[in-house]
Amino acid sequence: MKQNKEKLTYLESVHYYGRIWGFALCAVVLAVPFAVAFLFGAAPDFKALLAAAIAILPMYWAVGLVEVFTYVPMLGAGGAYLSFVTGNISNLKLPCALDAMNRAEVKASEEEGEIVSTIAIATSSIVTTVIIFLGVLLIIPLTPLLENPALEPAFDMILPALFGGLAVAFVSKNVKLAIAPMILMLALFIFVPALNEGTVGIMVPVGVLFTVAVARILYKKGKL
Amino acid sequence: MEFHVNHPVLYLIAGAVILLVLAQSVFFLVRALRRAKELGMDKQKLRKIMISVSIFTVAPAVSILVGVLALAKKLGVALPWLRLSIIGSLSYETIAAETTLKQLGDTLDASGFVTVLFVMTFGIALGLILTPILTKRIQKGIKSLEKRDKKWSEIFNNAMFLGMISAFLGYVFCDFSNVFSGDTSALIPVLVMASSALIMVACALVARLPKMKWMLDYALPFSLLGGMAMAIPFTAWLA
Repeated sequence: MKQNKEKLTYLESVHYYGRIWGFALCAVVLAVPFAVAFLFGAAPDFKALLAAAIAILPMYWAVGLVEVFTYVPMLGAGGAYLSFVTGNISNLKLPCALDAMNRAEVKASEEEGEIVSTIAIATSSIVTTVIIFLGVLLIIPLTPLLENPALEPAFDMILPALFGGLAVAFVSKNVKLAIAPMILMLALFIFVPALNEGTVGIMVPVGVLFTVAVARILYKKGKL
Repeated sequence: MEFHVNHPVLYLIAGAVILLVLAQSVFFLVRALRRAKELGMDKQKLRKIMISVSIFTVAPAVSILVGVLALAKKLGVALPWLRLSIIGSLSYETIAAETTLKQLGDTLDASGFVTVLFVMTFGIALGLILTPILTKRIQKGIKSLEKRDKKWSEIFNNAMFLGMISAFLGYVFCDFSNVFSGDTSALIPVLVMASSALIMVACALVARLPKMKWMLDYALPFSLLGGMAMAIPFTAWLA
């Protein structure tokens, strides 16, 4: 199929280039382990590989599958193509995009929202990459500073510090819709001991599906 | 080539991949800014968004850097640098690396290193593979939903955001039941979250004053940094 770039709308061009970049970077990232193995002439330790893969893959591939369906609509197209390459979605990219769209008063499904979300996520990705690069460059002077035990509690509490502010911004605008999912999640996390930092990723889609269902019921009853 | 966790060739590979990933972000940023100009979107507003996003990103990025330093002790610098600059999150990469290292035992030779690299890369690869395949289709579905019922599509969007935020609010309370058996440290995340929420409210109130509207642009970075700062006295007090 021949694509005429002149005739593509902005959104179509985002998908067009997003797919090219997406497939290319996917191939590059997945080629790295093979390249390193080849260069050093070393095969993986298959016994350890199998054991670790069994421990890691089922959970993270299941989460990955659900994440694509829950995060892509929230991130917008450009934001999604970038975020699934650069990572740290729930703890950085998505909060950035949500806050930016919220303040610009645009929605992810509109073209303006698509643009704002892409700008926010691209900026955040660039800043993150530069900070990590500088950190790696200055690793010797920085290590004692960053691993200072006095600072440790601040870095341990980054998620509560992030979502407290974000929750106020969103819950205050949607109080009626927020009550049920907040009560459900509080009850689940307080009373089910298996739910913790490692499993919060699985609970995001649960929360999303539940809230959408509640929203549908309230909407049908004319209460939203 | 003789293997070493800090072999220059590993830095070369990591640097090249990171440069490509960076190029993708720059490419999409430039195109989005160009399109914003065409549509006549408020330039000042977009500039403020970029500044506020940059400030907001610093603390999480530094926490990712702390993760790089922690992993670097066993894996050298190049591998954690690459893995934490691309797909995967701080918690995933740490879990994947540690799980594999445990299987390998104490020594990390070339074969062990490659094993860790394979697990870290392929453990999180599904999103990387599926995004270029599915994003267009998913967005199409959202668009058709919007055409059918615009009001519901807006509510649907908000419901997704709230669902995600609720899950993280719940997570803040995950050790809360320990408080009943006298372990007050479970209160730390709750108090940090409350501080962050209060700072957000304070910013919104201050922004109502004349000439203080700019406060809203920085409310999220303020509440994040304020919450993190409060974690230090709360931990000293309750842990």
